[in-house]
Amino acid sequence: MSNLLSSSIGKKLLMGLSGLFLMMFLLVHLTVNALLLVPDGGEFYNAAAHFMATNPFIKVMEPMLAIGFLVHILWGVKLTLENQKARGNSRYASGNKTTGVTWASQNMLVLGITIFAFLVLHIAQFWVKMKLVGDPRLEGIDITIGGVSTHVENAYALVNYTFSYLWVVIVYIIAGVGLALHLSHGFWSSFQTIGFSNQIWRQRLSVLGSIYAWVVGLGFALIALLQYLFYQPV
Amino acid sequence: MENYINLTLKVWRQKNAREKGRFETYQVKNISTDSSFLEMLDILNEQLINEGQEPVAFDHDCREGICGMCSLYINGRPHGPDDDITTCQLHMRKFKNGETIWIEPWRSAGFPVIKDLIVNRTAFDQIIAAGGYVSVNTGGVPDANAIPIPKDDADEAMDAASCIGCGACVAACKNGSAMLFVSAKVSQLALLPQGRVEAARRAKNMVAKMDELGFGNCTNTGACEVECPKGISVANIARLNREFLKAKLQD
Ligand code: HEM
Ligand code: SF4
Ligand code: FES
Repeated sequence: MSNLLSSSIGKKLLMGLSGLFLMMFLLVHLTVNALLLVPDGGEFYNAAAHFMATNPFIKVMEPMLAIGFLVHILWGVKLTLENQKARGNSRYASGNKTTGVTWASQNMLVLGITIFAFLVLHIAQFWVKMKLVGDPRLEGIDITIGGVSTHVENAYALVNYTFSYLWVVIVYIIAGVGLALHLSHGFWSSFQTIGFSNQIWRQRLSVLGSIYAWVVGLGFALIALLQYLFYQPV
Repeated sequence: MENYINLTLKVWRQKNAREKGRFETYQVKNISTDSSFLEMLDILNEQLINEGQEPVAFDHDCREGICGMCSLYINGRPHGPDDDITTCQLHMRKFKNGETIWIEPWRSAGFPVIKDLIVNRTAFDQIIAAGGYVSVNTGGVPDANAIPIPKDDADEAMDAASCIGCGACVAACKNGSAMLFVSAKVSQLALLPQGRVEAARRAKNMVAKMDELGFGNCTNTGACEVECPKGISVANIARLNREFLKAKLQD
């Protein structure tokens, strides 16, 4: 195994698998966030957030997610450095006129760092407040879940308040576009890496990847924007 | 229609592997647009020899696109401004009168410059020696038709086998990766029953050699496929990943 993971393809396997895992997480995350848009004063969203926070499966997945991110980031940086070394220091004086290579595929580290910068802010804004230091806006409210009155944190209020700042929304839009670009290459690339691609599937995965990337990237950005525009607390 | 053009050449000159190189500027006149790029370089060299200067060293052999010896990074592209051809098949009609042409060696840590435009590509030979063959034991000659092979597999194997080992894929790659070359060499054999016998060992050994020689990790940008003179598909890289991972998991 250690032998596998020290090979070039083994290191790429870690990138591909961690990338696929993170992409599955994003789908779940986007689905829950979409509930923010239900115009019920946040009740549905709060119920979902409560479910996510108390569910034992999610409790297990949270450290897994942290590990997934860590592996992806560490190996991403390592691979990029190794690749710069393999490329060598001499540049072509006549530049690079190869056509048909996407910009995203050549700038995965830059895009990844953009996502990482966003991630730090995002975690400070929500995770730290919800899990560690608390926030007055989270003060509990009672909602009915399946006919039972339950006391939950008002996550909706915190989210809504956070998105009342224009700069936050702008940062989310930039990060959303960065994420979409990262995944517009990453989606197909991760399948190619694990060996699941051929002449036919390459086309299919590219199309599917573009759809996934832009739905997810712009989806998060749109939720932030709509929160800013329409759901100001009175 | 035959035409004659004058050109300015910026050619990379480097005495040997250790010394620093630089670009030299040369003028060539009355080059027929029907001539090939290498013929144009022959004319330049004749000119240089007549002037008592040292001719430009560049690799070439068959001059018909089958041996993979010619290289050259011309005006921003390996094998120059045309698709699916080697430098020896590049015509001067692809250039305009008065144009400046930059001529550089392949640049990648795995392919160090030996002299002028010639790089050391023995790394590819070492990768092949690590497993890019089928072992043939002596004995009676087997009947060629005894093993049926599906047409699709045979076609894909032949496509992969068209790789001439020129190294344009490495030259084009921002990661200095040799994956397109190695994947073609693994695929051409992995697709055929004769090659399956040693498939696992071959994939492991060739990838190990490729890594050891310092080639980069493929990030699937696809530049290799665009610049490959033989149109080798990156689908072969997915197959190599499959073959390698399967082989490793079987250990
Ligand atoms: C939610 C966040 C992220 C997702 C879903 C994601 C997803 C992906 C996927 C699917 C790939 C393709 C893997 C492959 O080719 O096999 C990839 C590649 C890459 N990612 Fe991320 N990524 C994320 C965040 C990051 C971050 C924070 C970094 C920070 C440095 C990063 C750096 C890279 C790099 C450098 C590559 C290219 C490496 C390679 O292809 O070998 N990514 N990412
Ligand atoms: S894969 Fe194409 S570019 Fe690479 S060595 Fe073979 S023929 Fe040349
Ligand atoms: S000289 Fe043989 S391929 Fe160009």
